[in-house]
Amino acid sequence: MGKGERPEHTAPPEIFYNEEEARKYTTNSRMITIQASLTERALELLALPDDGMPRLLLDLGCGSGLSGETLTEQGHTWVGVDISQAMLNVAAEREVEGDLCLQDLGQGLPLRAGTFDGAISISAVQWLCNADHRGQEPRKRMRRFFESLYACLTRGARAILQIYPENADQAHLLTSSAMKAGFTGGLVVDFPHSTRAKKYFLTLMVGHAGTLPTPQGLDGGSDHEEEAIAMAGRRSQKRRKGNARSTASARHPDGKDKAWVFKKKDQMRKKGYTNIPEDSKYTGRKRKARF
Amino acid sequence: MKLLTHNMLSCHIKGVTNGFPFKIEATEVSETEADYDPDFLRHIFPRLQWPALKEGAESLGVTGLPDEVTEELLQDEDFLKAFHHALLEVTLQEGALVCPETGRKFPVMKGIPNLLLNEDEC
Repeated sequence: MGKGERPEHTAPPEIFYNEEEARKYTTNSRMITIQASLTERALELLALPDDGMPRLLLDLGCGSGLSGETLTEQGHTWVGVDISQAMLNVAAEREVEGDLCLQDLGQGLPLRAGTFDGAISISAVQWLCNADHRGQEPRKRMRRFFESLYACLTRGARAILQIYPENADQAHLLTSSAMKAGFTGGLVVDFPHSTRAKKYFLTLMVGHAGTLPTPQGLDGGSDHEEEAIAMAGRRSQKRRKGNARSTASARHPDGKDKAWVFKKKDQMRKKGYTNIPEDSKYTGRKRKARF
Repeated sequence: MKLLTHNMLSCHIKGVTNGFPFKIEATEVSETEADYDPDFLRHIFPRLQWPALKEGAESLGVTGLPDEVTEELLQDEDFLKAFHHALLEVTLQEGALVCPETGRKFPVMKGIPNLLLNEDEC
């Protein structure tokens, strides 16, 4: 997939996530790390009571069960739902702890009321914004999804849906349709000032469940460690270069002072170029503004 | 599919008012070992529909669960072990879930129930 291309535009999810794509999710270490860190953050936002009690959670769009593994590590029991048979097959092969169901979120969840302590979803719900088949209406599908999700959660539970909205309209559409189903809460945006690290978490609460959590990275400084390190390295290099130069370099921040121009002209003459202007007192000087 | 999931599932075909519980048609049943955690069992117990669990267990060939259950039984180690086994260890590998109202069959393959609806059902 090319840069900037969205999987939602290429094919419906049950076709996009084929055997080949499913294999990526188990062999690509970068994908695995991203999934794990997103799940950890989602669990943090889920804010389950800190009593060490194992809970029953729902994983929407569980795929090959990467996010589920993080849930298992935390000692929770989970049920995973996905629309891609290929991804679920991979999950079954890896013998994940949770139970799996093949299901379309847009058709509503076939679950009894008040049965789950919470729900998480990693990079799945934005698929609901697309109409992939004739007769599919995104608004209707969202309504069915959110209404059935609201019903199956216990009072005071939360649902944390990490999404990649295509634009502000999609984010708004998803949030408003969740509110219509009775949820409270809203969108938590981590690292809002960074293009790459920015992450959207639709934080939905059933009944009274406290205030909306604060996003990470609000101070503008990117908390992305790799990025921060790379930037710091570049800056110090530049400073070192500047310190070694004479005061003349202050006027020529790129280091292209008079000496540099003479050197370049000399090099070109040695190469055999004949159209190099002669050196004079004007060489390497800046033109006056009125010129 | 474990009986825990079976106990949470309810048929969502449009117009169905009582889609719980699914009847189980089992052709292959397996048993996997799961971590025994009495805390989780006590936590989940109030949410379960016991008759559905018992019926489901019987269709998977698991017997020995009592007809009636009370909160006091949750202190009994033997009961908890049997409860744990039925709820989390017995797995339906191949078979079908049948909607109690419409009789629509949802196939279960490799332990994964296929709950996708047709266009006219949603």
